[in-house]
Amino acid sequence: MRVEEISTWVEDARKAFASASDLESLKTARLAHTGDKSPIALASRGLGALSPEDKASFGKVIGKAKAEIAQALAEATAVLEAERDRKVLLEEVVDVTLPVNRSHRGGLHPITIIKNEVSDFFIEQGYAVEEGPELESGWLNFDALNIPADHPARTMQDTFFIEPVESGMVLRTHTSPVQIRTMLTQEPPIYVVCPGRTFRADELDATHSPVFHQVEGLVIDKGITMAHLKGTLDNFARHMFGPDVTTRLRPSFFPFTEPSAEVDIFFNNRWIEWGGCGMVNPKVLATCGIDTDVYSGFAFGMGLERTLMVRHGITDMHDIVEGDLRFTRQFGVGL
Amino acid sequence: MRAPLSWIKEFVDIPASVTAEQISDGLIRVGFEVEEIIKQGADLTGPLKFAKVLSIEEITEFKKPIRYVGLDCGEGQTRFVICGATNFAVGDLVVAALPGAVLPGDFTIGARETYGKTSNGMICSGRELGISDDHAGIMVFAEGEVTIGADAIEALQITDVIFDIAVNPDRGYALSIRGVAREVAGSLGLKFTDPVDALRPLKFAETGKGVTAKIGEKSSASVFYVRTLSNFDPKATRPIWMRRRIEKMGMRSISLVVDVTNYVMLELGQPLHAFDKSKIKGGLTIKLAGKVQKFKTLDGVERTLAPNDLMVCDDEQPLALAGTMGGLSSEISETTTDIALEAVHFCEVCIAKNSRRHKLSSEASRRLERSVDPSLAEFASARFVQLLTAHSSAQHVATVVDGDPIYPPLVTIDPAYVSKTLGFDIPAKKVAEVLRVIGCDVDEKSFTVDPPSWRADLLTAADFTEEVARMIGYDKIPSVLPPRPLHASLTPTQKRRRAVATMLASRGLAEVQTFPFTNQATIDSMGFVGERANTYKVANPMSEEFPLMRVHLVPGLIEVAQRNISRGAKDFAIFEMGSIFRSSQKLVPAISPDLSKRPNQKMIDEIFASVPAQGYHVAGLLVGKTENENWQGKARAFNWQDAIAYAQDILALCNLDWTVARSDLAPWHPGRCAELIVNGKAVAHAGELHPRIVAAYGLPERSVAFAVALSALPDSTLVRPSTVGTMPAAVQDVALIVESTVSAADVEGALREGAGELLESITLFDRYDKIGDGKISLAFTLVFRAQDRTLTGEEVSAMREAATAVAAAKFGAVVRTA
Repeated sequence: MRVEEISTWVEDARKAFASASDLESLKTARLAHTGDKSPIALASRGLGALSPEDKASFGKVIGKAKAEIAQALAEATAVLEAERDRKVLLEEVVDVTLPVNRSHRGGLHPITIIKNEVSDFFIEQGYAVEEGPELESGWLNFDALNIPADHPARTMQDTFFIEPVESGMVLRTHTSPVQIRTMLTQEPPIYVVCPGRTFRADELDATHSPVFHQVEGLVIDKGITMAHLKGTLDNFARHMFGPDVTTRLRPSFFPFTEPSAEVDIFFNNRWIEWGGCGMVNPKVLATCGIDTDVYSGFAFGMGLERTLMVRHGITDMHDIVEGDLRFTRQFGVGL
Repeated sequence: MRAPLSWIKEFVDIPASVTAEQISDGLIRVGFEVEEIIKQGADLTGPLKFAKVLSIEEITEFKKPIRYVGLDCGEGQTRFVICGATNFAVGDLVVAALPGAVLPGDFTIGARETYGKTSNGMICSGRELGISDDHAGIMVFAEGEVTIGADAIEALQITDVIFDIAVNPDRGYALSIRGVAREVAGSLGLKFTDPVDALRPLKFAETGKGVTAKIGEKSSASVFYVRTLSNFDPKATRPIWMRRRIEKMGMRSISLVVDVTNYVMLELGQPLHAFDKSKIKGGLTIKLAGKVQKFKTLDGVERTLAPNDLMVCDDEQPLALAGTMGGLSSEISETTTDIALEAVHFCEVCIAKNSRRHKLSSEASRRLERSVDPSLAEFASARFVQLLTAHSSAQHVATVVDGDPIYPPLVTIDPAYVSKTLGFDIPAKKVAEVLRVIGCDVDEKSFTVDPPSWRADLLTAADFTEEVARMIGYDKIPSVLPPRPLHASLTPTQKRRRAVATMLASRGLAEVQTFPFTNQATIDSMGFVGERANTYKVANPMSEEFPLMRVHLVPGLIEVAQRNISRGAKDFAIFEMGSIFRSSQKLVPAISPDLSKRPNQKMIDEIFASVPAQGYHVAGLLVGKTENENWQGKARAFNWQDAIAYAQDILALCNLDWTVARSDLAPWHPGRCAELIVNGKAVAHAGELHPRIVAAYGLPERSVAFAVALSALPDSTLVRPSTVGTMPAAVQDVALIVESTVSAADVEGALREGAGELLESITLFDRYDKIGDGKISLAFTLVFRAQDRTLTGEEVSAMREAATAVAAAKFGAVVRTA
């Protein structure tokens, strides 16, 4: 056995591995150059018959040669496996652009989406979300809100009455009775928003619906002023309509607020009436047993349909109430 | 409320440099929404002349009547024009547009050949001049009212700006030029002259006995003036300026007497009513009708009076529906020479009731129910006498008055309240100054405020604060965020509703919102009976077609499905969340606690309890295929299992345990409806809709639906998880033969019961119904696991046998051997 001979075996193995064109011929080359009958294997087995000195020196050389052959084999294997994978994966190509989703598109109604959005905005400000019944006591819907029976203000709101009429039950004309319920059951400070469905005997047309939604806000605390109302509305308007929107308060009349105001927004280059607001009328606070020497408050209310229509450029109320899936699905779940 | 600028200017010194837009902005700033600024005459140029009709030649050979009219336009020669109107006669005075004139709509008048004649101008209607909507005919004037050849643009005061203003119900005083002018002056810082000041010194000589005035029903009015006039010549002409002002306000000019009552009402805000004195038997009394009787108002409508209607009566009968409309029998006629004029400060609610009861809202009632300055009964009636005697032969005979005006009370306020409410500093001096602008007297030492007679609405510090705020300007209020609580969150119920909606939406259902109205036919067709069919009725529904409140969500979903199907949709799934209104309790007459203080707790509880519970439900309707069909192939149809699975998913989402039972509830298929039970209470139903309903409403066959009573679900409890076992599980399969009428859920329940505590899970993995003899085979996989040991074969067999033994005992289940 000569050292030169051993390096020839390494060179032969390298050449054989390199010339293998596929994994099959590489296997043949592997068996020939690393298998039991390969020169290196035979030489390895013959080491035992050598003198201890030769055994040490040849053993070292053979060990190094084996490592080199194994290295060469690994390299060749990697190249050929990569080659094979490339071919196989190429054969497995599919058209991933095919329409694969067969499921129906669902979605939330846009009014639900905007209701959630308003609620979330106020929850983040520390307000609770209060709700109340749609079929409501007239005392809570009118009287407690300083709207007496024969006051012209009551005709401002065309009311659906429930039989028997003496029961005073109505379909609530606004979400304000929820404010009364809140004040009758909770102690100040009160920070709530009340979103919900409301009813007025208006014919359904492009801009009106007899069934619609409002969101109202009510704050009762020590030292609450109209400046706080203005600040809250500015913040709310920016959230709903973007950072550039400006608001304007205009004197108005609501029996349950004094002073009262309409709130307009300047949006898309024009003033748009958005809702009503004001300082809670001390008469209303008194009816609810809130000490007006200690507490004051503000309230505001907006139509959700109107907010939605203005913000999204919807021109026909019918789209909101008819339930046509082609309309609703466009809103997803509001994310 | 309309207000012509020319009339406002009579009471406010408005510099010529102030534009209509500036006036409008000022009104908006102080709380009067200007709905429209009408610039009358802006698109009209003359010559426009008054002309006398000299001759009329009727031309008959055309489809419509045509007149060839000779006019004297003060030009020294007759001018001939063609005219299509016929509401005038020779001798009448008309308005003629001469060649060169341009009428609204860019309509240039020229001499032209038409109907075989030369027309040298046009006779105009109010509509053609853009000054009224009246196009029944041309404008006609009587001799003496206008001057032939005079410029009609000037005489008719056509060029004017008219503000159309929305007046809030608390500002009745602004339903008058006096009130609007005061606001214009206040908002622009201009000088205002109160027209009433000129009326205060008026005195009329008493020349005889007048008609008497009596307030019979004391609470209905505070002061009642009757002014009697005689010697009126019914042929008196109407001054053109008065007529034009009335028309600009959107009313019709009728006759001199009626015009003067209306003119004074528009100018000052006090409704007046003139009676033909000859029709009055005795004196005038304000009292209740007392009994049901017929009464014809001057609009010719015969009305049935209620005993509580407030009337102005003579000694024999009612003559006017107080403050609302006069009676036909005593109205001013073409022969009236003697007049009794009524001016009353009525109680607001009395007039509101009159108006409401007879569904009759008049210019008078609109003002009176919003409160009128109590001093005006005297001054407005004086103004009537002043105007009528100045423009006719009428003479004042006598004035009779009953009662005294009641003025708004003095109010002492803390001027600091204003700053405290508005959130910025306003010195007391400024508060006093602003309150004086709106007509209050203010004692700055005690801050006692005497509101003006026309402001009965100013009663509290809050009322005065609004006045100060609007006169200073709401734009001066700073923008500051209030202090707020540190934290809030949705309630568990609110979170649950949102999670359910989002889950359904993300699983392919689209949310809809329907009107919660229904009708008996729908309730019947759904098969609802008993308490599930009882509901509340709307007394005044939008449409008689849907007078009832809904008892279930599925009918609304069906309606939406029908609409979508009619628009081409085939396969879809929809859901709705909302209240239903089954009549759970009888409605009782309402109580009306005193509003000045908090009602006692018993009353509050009673009010809350008077409102019936309104269940909050979610329901879904699934029609057609479960998936859209495409290149991947066909899809299967929705079936009863899908509906039940959705209902169960909702309960699972709420982390509740439930059992399933067979049900035959409407509107479902009596053999394909599942009832889901939580804590012993049925909270959900799901399955296939009744085939009769599917057919009746034209839905795809075998449409399915689910409904879950969200408000009936118990709250989730805190989760206390059981320990996760790590010992090996033992799996046992059993197949049981039972009658096909036995429910799988019952068999499963029996197996659970018998298997004992070590049963970890149970799964129905096969159901075979081809055995025959009315029997089926149900095959279950039972998984057992102990926490502390590996179960032995004997233990597991014993548990399996214990399980099947209960199923055998309860349902006659026979273990099927392979």
